[in-house]
Parts: sequence; structure tokens; C-alpha cells
Amino acid sequence: MTTTLPRARRTTDLDALRERATRIREHVADMCAGPEGGHLGGAYSATEIMTALYFDVMNVYPDRPDAPERDRFVLSKGHAAVGLYATLAERGYFPVGELDTYARPGSRLLGHPVRAVEGVEAATGSLGHGLALGCGFALGTRLEGRDSRTFVLMGDGELQEGSVWEAAIGAASLGLDRLVAVVDRNSLQLTGPTDGIAAMEPLADRWRSFGWAVREFDGHDLGELTEALGSAPWEPGRPSVVIARTTKGHGLPFLEGRPACHYVTFSERNLAKARAVLRRSGEGVRSTEEDRTTGKEDEK
Amino acid sequence: MTTTTERDTHTAGDADTGRARSTQSTRRTGRAAGRGLAAHQEREAGAPGVTREAYRDRLMELLPDDPRLMCLDTDTGLFGPRHTEAAGERYVNLGIAEHNLMGIAAGLASLGRMPFVNTMAGFASARALEAVKVDIAYPELPVRIMATHGGLAAGHLGPTHQALEDLTVMRALPTMTVVVPADAAATAGVVEQSRDLPGPMYVRLGRKATPAVPCDEPAVIGRAQLLRPGTDVVLVGCGPHPVTACTEAAELLAARGVSACVLNMHTLRPLDTETLLGASADASLVVTVEEHWRSGGLGGAVCEALAETRPTRVLRIGMPDRFSDTAGSQQYLLDRYGITAERTAATVMEALEGPAAGRAPAGT
Repeated sequence: MTTTLPRARRTTDLDALRERATRIREHVADMCAGPEGGHLGGAYSATEIMTALYFDVMNVYPDRPDAPERDRFVLSKGHAAVGLYATLAERGYFPVGELDTYARPGSRLLGHPVRAVEGVEAATGSLGHGLALGCGFALGTRLEGRDSRTFVLMGDGELQEGSVWEAAIGAASLGLDRLVAVVDRNSLQLTGPTDGIAAMEPLADRWRSFGWAVREFDGHDLGELTEALGSAPWEPGRPSVVIARTTKGHGLPFLEGRPACHYVTFSERNLAKARAVLRRSGEGVRSTEEDRTTGKEDEK
Repeated sequence: MTTTTERDTHTAGDADTGRARSTQSTRRTGRAAGRGLAAHQEREAGAPGVTREAYRDRLMELLPDDPRLMCLDTDTGLFGPRHTEAAGERYVNLGIAEHNLMGIAAGLASLGRMPFVNTMAGFASARALEAVKVDIAYPELPVRIMATHGGLAAGHLGPTHQALEDLTVMRALPTMTVVVPADAAATAGVVEQSRDLPGPMYVRLGRKATPAVPCDEPAVIGRAQLLRPGTDVVLVGCGPHPVTACTEAAELLAARGVSACVLNMHTLRPLDTETLLGASADASLVVTVEEHWRSGGLGGAVCEALAETRPTRVLRIGMPDRFSDTAGSQQYLLDRYGITAERTAATVMEALEGPAAGRAPAGT
């Protein structure tokens, strides 16, 4: 069983990470102004999580995406593909300019992640698959004798799939302590509040009872994310899970926390407004009343 | 017509539990299989064998020397400590979790492993289908889905445990190779050959001993076996009982002056269209026999191939379009639902001479 101690923490420049997160959100907004729109809300709730992983926590090599010693990331909530593509492009896996092709005819950037894109580890988006895939990655790297880690990002609505709990049992039984799951606890799914559709609480206790080491905190706090994810495994022999409390659509006050932000198609005018809001909030400026009311007509 | 069947050779003990079994036949085939090569030679000499046990034994023989190979189990009882002692961490019992099984296998295959996964055919094909489609077939990963209790093999347990749609759904998946070995020796060969085949594979296995299929040539994945030449009709079977039914039907037909060619179409995808067309070039009739619903499996595949190339009349023998409503052994159910040599021969005679020429057995 792998019980390697966590590596020494790097000094994290949180301001640089925040700027990176803003740029990722801007790319996502651009993609959501394309012909098909996109899953903006779930990408925005997970932006800090993916930013922390790709720009601070994970050992990855964009020039050698298949390097066997890499850490692996599985976007189990595959509908947040726009966020993953933006993150991978920012990280240098492929040119940022290719994001402009998103969902356009002939593009390899499909609405859910595909392995044809450098850096994408698994085709996901049918929900409830990612944790089992992550178990396979973690078991495989352990058999190879590596201390690579596997990170799986799940949505909280996704936890309604029974297969998640099959995998949770399996990961704990196998003692996969290099497996780290993150639940993007934005509490909102397509048609309404997650807990109003299928109760999730007490979520931390549920994971704990399945044999996982659990931490819970603000999923938009890059300091907490980098510290917690960077220091996993927290308990030898146990897989780790972060329950990251987030807001769907975080970063755009006129959309955040509202079911309508699940899937957004921006007009050109509202794209410009969204970008302006992102710039301001990304620099720590409080959102204005106009920020909170703009763009209603873009929701669907 | 029944030669060596589960009814004859197994009177007690349930292999599902993995506990010691006590019948004469199981002692012979099961223990012999544990001796490896000697067991295969014994099978090749014509002894009956259990396809799932042949798979287990061959995989465990190959596994120590091939670091890619892994065995993921779902509490099937097929593997015990005496089988897996050399496998170490490369044998894993994941418990009763078929979706998780497929996902973990996909993850491992992404890292260069070649997982053999065990579950019952009904669960591999229906319960875990979406994971098979999305996690394994779509990325073309070399996972070997070893599906035991295929067809009516778990007949007495009822339709929940019968797998009669598995060939349809697995054949529907692009990238998937679909194989139904006709006997234990062929199964061992499929395990070996699979190591050189890219992409995913579905292998349907049985539960209890079935006869060895006599053939000069070993079964090669993707290539149908010509078991008997013939000119008037072509009988195409897949799986142990249907292939035996075809060879026995050919004997019955020969006695009535009909020359029947017999093909063992053990690979459904990719289908060996060339051999099928060659064998049926001068035939007026093709009859398919399978332990499966009549639609979508072997009969469907043969119809597609012939209709697109050289339309020939095809009659399909398989499970009629209703769920089984009775207990009984696999052989009992095969007899009840007409997946037999007699029915096959009668179907041919009816087609050639009209209904008066042959009579279907009762219950069909």
C-alpha cells in the first residue's frame, strides 16, 4: 500500500491563481457565446478547483501529456467540459485559440470531454462513471509502484447515481489513498436545488461512513483548495474527498445560484457585459446592481 | 440426440457458489483443468469441458508471465485461492458491483493493462452496458469481458439470470469483438489469442460441461470453422449447445438424403462473411441456431450479411419471443424451446418439402 508522505508544499502565488481563474472563466464565457452555448454554471462552480489542480497541485507535463509519472484528473461531471478545455488550454496543452472552435462543425472540442484532446484522460459526462475510472487509474499506478495521484471531480447531483457509491466502496476496500475526489457541492442541478430533488445530507458523514477521509470547505477559496488537495492523502490507506461548497455560476452575479445558469447561450452584447463583470470581480471589485440583472434574456 | 449434457454429467453441486463439487464429470474436467496443458490435451481428445473453467485456468496460467494481464472478479465464485495464488494483486474481487467493475477495468486498461473481467452474461450486457459502451468501447480499450452463464445456462434461476440479449447488444457496439467459444479448448485458445487483439472483447461462456467440438483446425477469432461440408443447406451455430445441435442435425438430414454444411460461427463480430458466403454459394437455405432471442444475435448477423450480398432464405432457430416461465435445467429449456437438433432438422425438411415433411417437437 502506498503511504508516501505528501511532497513539500510549494509557495503558492494566490493572486496569480486568481488571475488564471478569471481568464479561464473568460474563455468559458466566449465558448458559451458560440453557436451551441455551453454548461457555464457547472464550469464556473468548478473553476477554482481545476485551477488549483492544474496550476498548483498536480504534477502534469503539457508537452508530454502522456508522461507515465503524471498525476491524473478525471472530470466526472463531464458537462463542465468547457471549463476543462479552458483550463487545459491555459495550462498549455493546446493553443488557446482552438477554444474558438468549441462545438462548431468539425471541432474536436465536443460538449463532453473526448480523449482526442491532449490532457483529457477519459471520455466522461454520462454521470456516475468518473470515480470508478479514477479507481482504475489509482489501482494501476499503485501496481506500477508510482506515487502518482488521481483526482476525480464530481458534481453533487451526480452523487445520485448508484455507481458512485459502488466506486466509493471499491476505493476504500482497495485502500486507494492516492485517489482524491472532489465533490463540487454547488447544491443546484438542472431543474432545481439538489437537496430538494434527492437529499444529500449529511454528505460528509456519508463519505466518512464509506471509509473515506473527508474535508469540507469553500470551493472558491484557492488557498484552502491548494493546501487540502496538495496535502492528500490525509490518512494512509484511505481515499480522500473534498466537499467543496461552491456556487453554480460563480463569478457572474446575474446568473450565480440560479438554475438558469446551468446552460447558457450568450449574445454578443451580453458576452461583453459578462467579460466586464468577470474582469471587475476578478480584481476584487464588488459587483454592481447592473451586474446582477444583466443577461436575463440569455438564459435557457 | 442428447450426448453429453449437464443433465447427464452433473447431478449435484452448484458451481455458482464456488464450493467443492462432487459429480463424476466435474471431478474429471475441473481437476484436470487445474493441471494446465494436460487438461487441454484431454479436451482436445474429445472430453467434455466447462468453458468458464477453461478460461479461468488458461488465464491463471498466462498471467504470471504477462504483466499486462489482470483478473477483476465480482464475487462470482469462479476463482478460489488455489486458482489465484500466483496472481497476487493482479486478481481483485471487487464485490457485486458490475458498473464499478467496468469503470475500474477501463481505468486500468488506460494505463496499459489488459483486464479480464468476470461477471454473469446477463449483468455484463444489460446492467453494466452503459459503462461498457462509454468507458470501454468508445475509447477502444482492451478489456476482456468474460461473461459466464450465457444463454440459458442458469436456466433454473429464471429470466433474471438468463442472458438472451447479450449478443445483440454487444454486437451493436462499434469496436467490440464478440466471441462465443463452442467448447473448452476453444475458450482457452480465445484467451490466448485475445492478448494480440486491440480493442475490447466480449466472450460468452457457459456454466457446466459441454462436449468437445471436433474440428481439425483450432478456433481462430474472426474465422468461422467449417465442421462439415455440404451442398443443400447450411447450418450455422454459435455456442456449445447450438453447434452440437447443428452437427447432430446434419446427421439426421444425411439419413434423409439432405447434404448439410455445418459452420461454427463462434465470432459474431467481426462476422466471417467470406466463409458464410462461400459455404452457402450453392445452398437454397441457411438455418441459424443459437441460445439467444431469435432477433439480433447470430440469426440477425447472418441475415444482414446475406441480405446485403446474396439474398438467401434464412430461418432462425432460437429462443421464441417470450420469457421462460418454467424451472428446469439448461438442456430441459433448450428442448422445451426447440433449440435442438431435431427441430433444426425438421425446420430444414419443412422448408425443402413443406410442412408435412417434418414436425416440430412439442412445446415449441
